Amino acid sequence: MPVVFPSSLAEAVAAAGERPDAMVLAGGTDLMVEINERRRSVPWDDGAVIAVGQVPELTSWTLDPSAATLTIGAAVRWADIEREPLCSTVPALAQAARTVGSPQIRDAGTVGGNLATCSPAGDGLPVLAAYDAIVHLVSANGRRSLPVHDFMVGVKQTALAPGELIESVSIPLLDGWQGYSKVGVRNAMVIATASACIATDLPSGSIRIALGSVGPTVIRCADAEALASSGVDWSGRSIDADVADRAGALAASASRPITDHRSTADYRRHAVSVMVRRLLIRAFPGAAS
Amino acid sequence: MSEIYTLHVNGEDHEVRDSWIGENLLYVLRERLGLKAAKGACEQGECGSCSVQLGGRLVCSCLVMAAAAVDEPIVTVEGLAGDDVPTDVQTAFVETGAVQCGFCTPGLILAAHHLLDDTPEPSESEIREALSGNVCRCTGYGRIIEAVQRVSVARSDRSSNGGDA
Amino acid sequence: MTVTDVAETAARVRHGVLGTSPLRPDGIAKVQGTFEFSSDLGGDGVVWGATLRSPHPYARIVGIDVSAAWQIAGVEAVITADDVPGAMHYGLIERDQPVFASEYVRYVGEPVAAVAADHPETCRRALSAIQVEYEVLEPVLDAERIIAGDAPPIHPAGNMLRFQRIEHGDIDVEADVTVEGTYQIGMQDQAFLGLEAALAIPDAGGGGVELHVATQWLHEDRTQIAACLGLADDRVRLVLGGVGGAFGAREDISLQVHTCLLALRLGRPVRMHYTRAESFLGHVHRHPATVWMRHHATHDGAIVKIEARFVFDGGAYASTSAAVLLNAITHTQGPYRCPNAVVDGYAVRTNHLPCGAMRGFGVVQACFAHESQMDKLAAACGIDPVELRLRNVIHTGDTLITGQIMDSVAPIEQCIRETVALPFPDEPVGGHDGDVMRLPGGAGRTADASHIVRGIGYGVSMKNLMYSEGFDDYSTARCRLQDGVATLKFATSEVGQGFVTLAGQIARSVIGVDEVVLDRIDTEVGSAGSTSASRQTWMSGGAVDAACRAVRDQLFAHVAAEHGVDAAVLEIDGTDVVDGAGLRIPVIAASAGTVFDATEEYHHRPTEELDEFGQGDCHTAFAFVAHRAVVDVDVDLGLVKVVQVATAQDVGRALNPLSVRGQIEGGIAQGLGLAVMEEIVQIDGSIRNASFTDYLLPTMLDMPTVLATLVEEPEPLAPLGAKGVGEPPCISVTPAIVAAIRDALRQAGRNADIDRVPVRPIDIVGLP
Repeated sequence: MPVVFPSSLAEAVAAAGERPDAMVLAGGTDLMVEINERRRSVPWDDGAVIAVGQVPELTSWTLDPSAATLTIGAAVRWADIEREPLCSTVPALAQAARTVGSPQIRDAGTVGGNLATCSPAGDGLPVLAAYDAIVHLVSANGRRSLPVHDFMVGVKQTALAPGELIESVSIPLLDGWQGYSKVGVRNAMVIATASACIATDLPSGSIRIALGSVGPTVIRCADAEALASSGVDWSGRSIDADVADRAGALAASASRPITDHRSTADYRRHAVSVMVRRLLIRAFPGAAS
Repeated sequence: MSEIYTLHVNGEDHEVRDSWIGENLLYVLRERLGLKAAKGACEQGECGSCSVQLGGRLVCSCLVMAAAAVDEPIVTVEGLAGDDVPTDVQTAFVETGAVQCGFCTPGLILAAHHLLDDTPEPSESEIREALSGNVCRCTGYGRIIEAVQRVSVARSDRSSNGGDA
Repeated sequence: MTVTDVAETAARVRHGVLGTSPLRPDGIAKVQGTFEFSSDLGGDGVVWGATLRSPHPYARIVGIDVSAAWQIAGVEAVITADDVPGAMHYGLIERDQPVFASEYVRYVGEPVAAVAADHPETCRRALSAIQVEYEVLEPVLDAERIIAGDAPPIHPAGNMLRFQRIEHGDIDVEADVTVEGTYQIGMQDQAFLGLEAALAIPDAGGGGVELHVATQWLHEDRTQIAACLGLADDRVRLVLGGVGGAFGAREDISLQVHTCLLALRLGRPVRMHYTRAESFLGHVHRHPATVWMRHHATHDGAIVKIEARFVFDGGAYASTSAAVLLNAITHTQGPYRCPNAVVDGYAVRTNHLPCGAMRGFGVVQACFAHESQMDKLAAACGIDPVELRLRNVIHTGDTLITGQIMDSVAPIEQCIRETVALPFPDEPVGGHDGDVMRLPGGAGRTADASHIVRGIGYGVSMKNLMYSEGFDDYSTARCRLQDGVATLKFATSEVGQGFVTLAGQIARSVIGVDEVVLDRIDTEVGSAGSTSASRQTWMSGGAVDAACRAVRDQLFAHVAAEHGVDAAVLEIDGTDVVDGAGLRIPVIAASAGTVFDATEEYHHRPTEELDEFGQGDCHTAFAFVAHRAVVDVDVDLGLVKVVQVATAQDVGRALNPLSVRGQIEGGIAQGLGLAVMEEIVQIDGSIRNASFTDYLLPTMLDMPTVLATLVEEPEPLAPLGAKGVGEPPCISVTPAIVAAIRDALRQAGRNADIDRVPVRPIDIVGLP
């Protein structure tokens, strides 16, 4: 079993059950970097790969209007999320998609790959966390579903069990402004120094704030969310500058950044406060809108 | 080293034997099929020099597992033009000074074709975003943008003049 | 004259001659992907080579056990220092760098062994099977400790690579206004795209080797390689493999000796290719530097004296550090008059990555400091920064701080005035349509237009051309003419700059041919010197010109004899030989069936070494450029977008306007990279960003619009009137961009003391 090309999800699950050690290949944009740099060893013989990039159930998405849920197959590519119709359905995710690597990377890389790699800097992850998305996993033993927050366990660590595949991620659609922001030192093709997503839901009066690249996994900022949700003028869609500032500060204090060769912890905290403040003002522009 | 598979490159089938499963498509194109136009410069998808079309998408061949690229047609720069006649994009690159050392050029040629096929009259901003995954260290990009714009205008003129006449 | 004007003028003259922009002869091959880069050479059956490198910045090698590597199927050779038959060390100025480390490793990445095998993956497995026992030592990383004499020597030659002082005029003089600053320049990588690659083909019997390699200087490589192989120079033949950019990083030996050693050991062709991560370790970099300057001036801004101190970290081996330091300190004043100066320059050896040549060669570091100082001086004197510069510009005939007289054409004032005259961008901050891609942060959507402040900054620079301090970096060319076809032979490395285009233009202009054939670039002709120091248009251009002129003289003598006219009256008119009195013979006809053949060397005028007070005519010639940068700055997040760079460059004469423009735009991109993103980060002597994921290069979305004016005042000293154009574009654009960032910060009421490049978000925001 070198490379298996399952033609259905059932075949993929069967293959993964047969070889739980197999590498699962979708877009390849993370896996191949590890192989190219020998951070992942591949034996001369008997290497096992399950190529899921063409499995119909994984490459499609479905919109269920009655449940107000969008379910995106794990092998849907960022280039598809960046464009219509998904671009209007999940704007913050589309904004994040547009910042993933280069056009070439977005034409190959997938949502499921972003989840499975679970990099602290994964561009889609803060958005999925802000959406309270559910990750659907499947294996020979059956299906299970986890909130994305529980799926992300640590730096490049997930709840995926051996032989288990990511089937899809479902997103409860929100009714309100949403947006994503990402700081990088270059104006394109850059790993996030810090990122933030704000998603609002008018009917429930909730504001979700999620941060990327400032902790082992995505951080949701409960205090900042609470402050912002209660502090904004929902009917006037406005927010006091002071509330936005304080929410930004609370988000910064919720972050747990490190200092590394890409930036410093202090800067990352600072960037979080600025991004969250600006995103809140974009979400609640008041009369300016 | 027991893999045997077939790649569909530039309209021809190529059988690959005795390969290692860890080989990326760039390596196989260059070292096993002798198609050396695609270049390797980073092996991380951060430079675009190895860009090829895979199933109509523009991808970095260094991040494609070759043994898994069997189901979709692959197009490299070698497959762009028939009879050695350069394409309009290739000609424009030479004429505008978009080529210096030339190492990034094959990837940029494919990326430019990809853009113009998708967006025949791109704005400068669209050109910059579409080609932002192709790093060039020599030119500073100005001539490359001009080359793409020149092709766009020429194609538009040609179509408004009623075809190839 | 703008580039467009030049092109329009050129259209009226015969295409392909000097002053026009003919197509690159290698252009079609490059766009079709058939051009053979050095990494494209070799195929089936050629063995792969790979290098084992030190993981430690400083350690003693206790033992190397290669036996496990030999056990791996497919491994053909494993070599270490024990297998070097000739000289154990190489180097451009000092032969101080081991072919393989045997006693000590002195930087992370230093070669320790090499293997050859049937597949790159086999090579990697063999490398990981080699057991090297190290006694790890405390690395020496602090240049100031070395200067203080407070660090143990890490090399038998000691830790001071060069100290040079300059004293000029009255070093104790005082003036009304003083400004000072300490400036840091980070380590920049040349980051050419075409990674190091070579193919070595051993001669039958093993008595020699042919090496196809991407390099900047075939003959210097050959000398160093042959010495290490224990072979005579003529047993080592070098052929230029297609070069994917150079920018200084291919001046030193990298994989050349290793590839030849493996090929000679095996009696089979061997190819070596570096990975990107390896390339960051395998070639020299731009020196990180700390530069202190204090300018003394009158109230009306006239510079009276400059005090300066340069500290360059040369890394573990000497490379060209001594020459880079020389360039830096002799450009302390920049393109400004300075009657009095006292400068101390130190280049030290540390356990950091070795540093050497990169585009700008020491002047980049000096220029960031002197241009930052000029802005400080302008502020202190209350004078506009452009006006302050104009008041101080050097003119031809002025004396430099080395005592050398500036005898190059020096249109500095014109460069500044032409730059200032170029229009500002007409688009508002963030573009007309609110396109996020036009804002700092781009698709990251970090900013709205209201968060952005637009700044403007200026930079002006002077750059020496050719080699200095007594070095005779001559160039050789051969021209053969037969049946109207000129064949040119030279060893000039074509690295992308377009010398192959220019050489044909020279032949067409001088001999009146249309068809020019370029022979293979290799060591079968005399040295061309290095493709560096902005020197090949002048030097190899001079050599090709001289060879073509010699052939033309032979042709004239032949025509004169055939037609009974005086050779002295003959001229080339278009593609004909004419005598001005009715004789008109096409060159094709005149050269039918006869071979005219000449080989000529071009030498620039001699220069001299500096004395102990830094005085001496050390430089050959100078070129000048001015830059203006317009930069949009997100002052709260510290992100920037360079919107426009305007420049006017002293080019002498634009022999190929399109190529000149290519050099200008490409150089600006590299200067922008140093200004805002490019830096090799080393922590405790270990590189942390040896990849294009983390060593960021400007993309198309980072590069601004460039407006360029070519200042054409032919240089009488130059054989074709043209100055080198490769380096100046990348030098003063860096301080111009930083000045624009400072300007934006001042407008925002923020602290604008930015004294290091690259400028990081933390520097703009003001975080530690």
